[in-house]
Amino acid sequence: MPYRLSRQPLEWIDREQTLRFTLEGRSYTSYQGDTVSAALLAQGVTTLGRSFKYHRPRGVLSLANHDVNALFDSDMEPQLRGDVTPVTDGLSLTPVNVNGSLTRDRDSIIDRLGRFLPVGFYYRAFHRPRALFPFWERLIRRKAGLGRVDLDWSARRRPKRYAFCDVLVVGGGPAGMQAALSAADAGADVLLVDEQPHLGGSLDYQWVNDPRVEDIRTQLKQDVAAHPRIGVLSSAVAAGVYEDFWVPVSTPEGIVKVRARALVAATGLLEQPAVFRNNDLPGVMLATGAQRLIHRYAVAPCRRAVVLTANAEGYRAALDLLAVGIEVAAVIDIETPQPSGEMVSALTDRGVPVLGRHAIYEAQGSDQVTAVTVAPVEDGRCDLQHAREIACDGVLMSVGWAPAGHLLYQAGGSFRYDDHLHQLVPDSLPPGVFAAGQVNGAFALSAQLADARDAGAAAADHCRGELAGRSEGHRDRLPHSSPWPIVEHPKGRNFVDFDEDLQLKDLKQAAAEGFDNIELLKRFSTIGMGPSQGKHANMNGIRILARLLGQGIDETGSTTARPFYHSVPMGDLAGRRFRPERLTPLHGLHLEAGAQFMSAGAWLRPEYYGEPGQRDAAIAAEVRAVRQAVGLVDVSTLGKLEIIGPDAGTLVEAAYTMRMRNLAVGMTRYALMVDDSGVIVDDGVAARLADDHYYLSATTSHADTTARELGRCILEWGLDAQVVNRTGQWAAMNIAGPLSRSVLEPFTDIDLDDAAFPYLGVREGKVCGYPVRLLRVGFVGELGYEIHLPAPAAETVWRRLCKAGKPLGLRPFGVEAQRQLRLEKGHVIVGQDTDGLTNPFEAGMSWSVHLKKPYFIGRPSLERLKGDVQRRLVGFRVPQAEGSAIRECHLVIANGEIAGRVTSVGDSETLGCVVGLAMIDAALAEAGDALHIRVDGGADVVAERADTPFYDPDGARQRVAEEQELAHV
Amino acid sequence: MPWRLLKAGLSKQPAPPRFFPQTESLKPRYDVVIIGGGGHGLACAYYLAKEHGITNVAVLERGYLGGGNTGRNTTIIRSNYLTPEGVKFYDASLKLFEDLSQDFDLNIFYSTRGHYTLAHTDSAMRTMRWRAEVNKHYGIDSALVDREAIARDVPYMDLDCAGNDAVMGALYHAPGAVARHDAVAWGYGRGAYQRGVEIHQQTEVTGVRVEGGRVRGVSTNRGDIECGAVVSMVAGFTPRVTDMVGLRTPLEIYPLQACVTEPVKPFMDTIIVSGSLHVYVSQSSRGELVMGASVDPAVLHSTRSTFDFVEGLADRLLDLFPFTSRLRVMRQWAGMSDLTPDFAPIMGSTPVEGFYLDAGWGTWGFKATPISGKTMASTVANGQDHDLILPFNLSRFHDYRLVGEKAAASVGH
Repeated sequence: MPYRLSRQPLEWIDREQTLRFTLEGRSYTSYQGDTVSAALLAQGVTTLGRSFKYHRPRGVLSLANHDVNALFDSDMEPQLRGDVTPVTDGLSLTPVNVNGSLTRDRDSIIDRLGRFLPVGFYYRAFHRPRALFPFWERLIRRKAGLGRVDLDWSARRRPKRYAFCDVLVVGGGPAGMQAALSAADAGADVLLVDEQPHLGGSLDYQWVNDPRVEDIRTQLKQDVAAHPRIGVLSSAVAAGVYEDFWVPVSTPEGIVKVRARALVAATGLLEQPAVFRNNDLPGVMLATGAQRLIHRYAVAPCRRAVVLTANAEGYRAALDLLAVGIEVAAVIDIETPQPSGEMVSALTDRGVPVLGRHAIYEAQGSDQVTAVTVAPVEDGRCDLQHAREIACDGVLMSVGWAPAGHLLYQAGGSFRYDDHLHQLVPDSLPPGVFAAGQVNGAFALSAQLADARDAGAAAADHCRGELAGRSEGHRDRLPHSSPWPIVEHPKGRNFVDFDEDLQLKDLKQAAAEGFDNIELLKRFSTIGMGPSQGKHANMNGIRILARLLGQGIDETGSTTARPFYHSVPMGDLAGRRFRPERLTPLHGLHLEAGAQFMSAGAWLRPEYYGEPGQRDAAIAAEVRAVRQAVGLVDVSTLGKLEIIGPDAGTLVEAAYTMRMRNLAVGMTRYALMVDDSGVIVDDGVAARLADDHYYLSATTSHADTTARELGRCILEWGLDAQVVNRTGQWAAMNIAGPLSRSVLEPFTDIDLDDAAFPYLGVREGKVCGYPVRLLRVGFVGELGYEIHLPAPAAETVWRRLCKAGKPLGLRPFGVEAQRQLRLEKGHVIVGQDTDGLTNPFEAGMSWSVHLKKPYFIGRPSLERLKGDVQRRLVGFRVPQAEGSAIRECHLVIANGEIAGRVTSVGDSETLGCVVGLAMIDAALAEAGDALHIRVDGGADVVAERADTPFYDPDGARQRVAEEQELAHV
Repeated sequence: MPWRLLKAGLSKQPAPPRFFPQTESLKPRYDVVIIGGGGHGLACAYYLAKEHGITNVAVLERGYLGGGNTGRNTTIIRSNYLTPEGVKFYDASLKLFEDLSQDFDLNIFYSTRGHYTLAHTDSAMRTMRWRAEVNKHYGIDSALVDREAIARDVPYMDLDCAGNDAVMGALYHAPGAVARHDAVAWGYGRGAYQRGVEIHQQTEVTGVRVEGGRVRGVSTNRGDIECGAVVSMVAGFTPRVTDMVGLRTPLEIYPLQACVTEPVKPFMDTIIVSGSLHVYVSQSSRGELVMGASVDPAVLHSTRSTFDFVEGLADRLLDLFPFTSRLRVMRQWAGMSDLTPDFAPIMGSTPVEGFYLDAGWGTWGFKATPISGKTMASTVANGQDHDLILPFNLSRFHDYRLVGEKAAASVGH
């Protein structure tokens, strides 16, 4: 490994463990602890990726999870970031977005065509001639995107966990560690989160060669590790800040969702690149990137470097290079070197030329920097008459910083431009949110620590409910950023955004075309829209736009810092899969009986009993059993609501359209619920068990809503009543058919005789010894009893009834048979025969609307709608031969226009024809004409109108008493 | 390489002219003031100038052009609605969209991708058939397709949804498309500007002056203006504007959120929507998966993001596309949807003379951009509601003439 340095004091690698991995099929080695980029650099591989648009060779930039030009696909994951992805033994990688290989990318030709592909070029072309656009689009789509997705990957879901703390400190550098200690010392429980595998932050790459720092480092790390109130999460990214200090932290094991009481962002700074021609060549990198390479991975970034700087950090980086034996060809300072700087003399003493007020005009080289041209600079323009060339194989850029302030922005903070620092600093932060250290503009180590002590203590104060003020006293007064680290070049290729391959001229042109607002600039040029989300581009973008507009940075503003700070895997966001499914107490018996299930909301219900191949026959047999003998259906999914209390009658009276207060004890009545606009939302049966006690059923899908709505009414109207939702607690089954009474009779102490228990009656008593409520209702149009009983009793009762009924032809029946049976009776299913606008008049249920009641929900609307019926639900019948083509939701056509739709249709063996319901225009309904139904393929099936109920119109079979109360059309 | 790029690349001409004007002062009077410089507002200005010769128009935008829901939606364009009113309206919109690149001479990347609305229950299947039948009646290419057809076209979808609520079929809408949303606003903006319309960004309307039941002018943070007509095209901010003229609407504002993954090589060519799973997804020409869900559960006038949203979305999307678990979500954001009770828009004249409303865009505003602009321009120019938008007038809420579009509009985007 030619670029591997001797052992570094703080290195993260374990030289005892050698790992092997492959890139493009070639084998490489690394040490345990290396990242992919570090390992490749150690072996002299400098081209790590190709750029998004021009396919230019790119190398490392930051080594801090922002190197989105060095992305690799593995067998298991797309576009891993090489700068932070640890090498694992056997890892097999391919570079992303490469046509050919890293060194020979056929698409690099695009780089030569750059002048034809200016910013926003895709808006200007490809649409004429129109017919060719699909061709161009296919081509563009082929070139789009980065990594490759394997469509056969399985769902990798990782469970989430929760963490709670008083103070969440994000960033484990000197300020973060100190803030954590200060908060913990003040009594707060602290969680310290850092995205690197080891705490230390800049202390371990920017301050390594400063002997005064050693004690501080050791002490901070020891104290953090030993403190009982501090928990540490390493390799953990605080991905975003949401309302109420809700912070998802993304770790290699999955997401930890942290709820904190206060937040300290000690997130540091993002070093910003200089903009000069070919600033993207491999070998040109951020100074901190080079320092990370040296101190973490013991990898030499190059052999002979030029350091471009505008701050003390750059000089320190140059000294770091010298310390590990890397030649420094020159230090180029954009500003005037600080005269008192001891670091300047340290360099010059060792023969390193320091050129003040110079800049790099351009870098040279084809796939690796080989030299730079430097020249005196004045406000971004180079004096080329005094240019000189310096050979080098590496360039370190240390020209300025942007705060890693994403979390502070998301928490509701704002930033302003500090004219001393030439950098953005926090301006106002919401209560409980604190910034500490470099992100807060404190640069000297002592200032960072002092700032962090303040922040930590203030955060602890906040948790105790004390007002926590902050001083800005620790902010540096000297610039650490160049206000204009940008050099013009007539040939361009001076990149501002490496993700998106945007050059200085692209931004200028976008602004010139009117996109001269920071948000419009972003959207037109796509600056900051790549995978790093502008971490190295936005600051220079703002500087460029501000200058073009002749205004300040604050006036120019910035784009919104949205979650996430770093991208988060979907499988981690998804977490463990949880799909609750509700099974009725009889589910096991249905399985035994060979039921095929369908889902109804969260419930599973038997659709029919039998083999899938015999579906229609099975359903027909079930229908036949009910019509001719007896059938049993599980209706446990119905809502079952108990209304108890002195105001129970008032509540039910006002919540439903029919009169309910005059319902006699021991009787039931159809119950229809509409919303404020008069639209049908639910129906069921109301049974009165006592003066102050009603028992209501509701549709499966609306049961919970109805329970909630009734509860709301009680609160709003101040009623003395209770709603008890017994839906899951009780089971229900309906035994129906001419023989139902004889099957049930032996098992119950309730007198089933017509006189004692008339149609629409309700009785309490016992079945098989269990307490039950029997409701004599007729949804399917035969003599029948709905048995409501405690869930644990359901199995026994069902089994016994089945056994006893078997000799008589009893069959369990499913939802499909029930639908068919009720259709023959013309009964409406809410949500199928009605839609989101259907009122009771349209559904033919005028009889259920008692406008004489002074009030019920929806009454004002229904009063108005009464005389204004737009549509009507009508019945139709067709001979089986033609009718079999009709499907629900086929259209009814009149005079060539849509006049309605079929809402229910079924082939009725009982009636010997196809019958159905259709919701049609009122005019057509009045006329009584035959319906023209357009079936699949466009054929017209003529259906004659038929009154409902189609079957047993007088209701003799269910023994209708004097009152006709069931819902039918 | 297209000829135009070659020509432009070789020419020595300076950059193309500006799309939008630099800030200029407000005139004391305009014939029409449009509040809101999003797609709808700019389109209305464009058609006022282009088709009605009305150019003394100011578009006032409190932020930047297209910065509201125009720049926040997931760019899906379709016409597979349920009601005849909706189908005709959105079909007219889609047809305008198809020609926009030519009209603007600006490529909006209108890309016909095909659009699946998955059905996981038999009641959803019924609704899909209903929509398909209504669509076909109006000559719109929609069809109910079965599992096998979906499996052929989208072989990488898990039709069994990891074990719950398997896909039973889908409504397939071949004309379903996506477009570069920003470019639509820019194209309209440039076209309007070229025809003499004034566009004022960073200009916030603070009041609307109504005298004798008639609009007289507006107040802004940059001064007062007189005008003959005011058109409010501000989506989630509508209640603030209607409050200024004392108009009541049944609008409720709900946040609608979306997110994108990092860009990967395109593999998903169609647009896929599942109402049961509350997800919709397409892959942009940059390679990002653009994803959204239903509106937030509670009313809120805010564009804050929530973590719950992105968790829930990822959870459900993995049921359909397990392999996306390895993709990474890069960015999330939110817009404010102005929802009506019937999921149809509110358009046209109002009881306040000269005050026109274009609102109720809920989660379906982008796809209506061209037709809204065109019909609102016609309505303002002729002082009479355009035929296509008659059913959408605010009065329908008083008259019980709702346009029940929920089944097709709610998540269907």
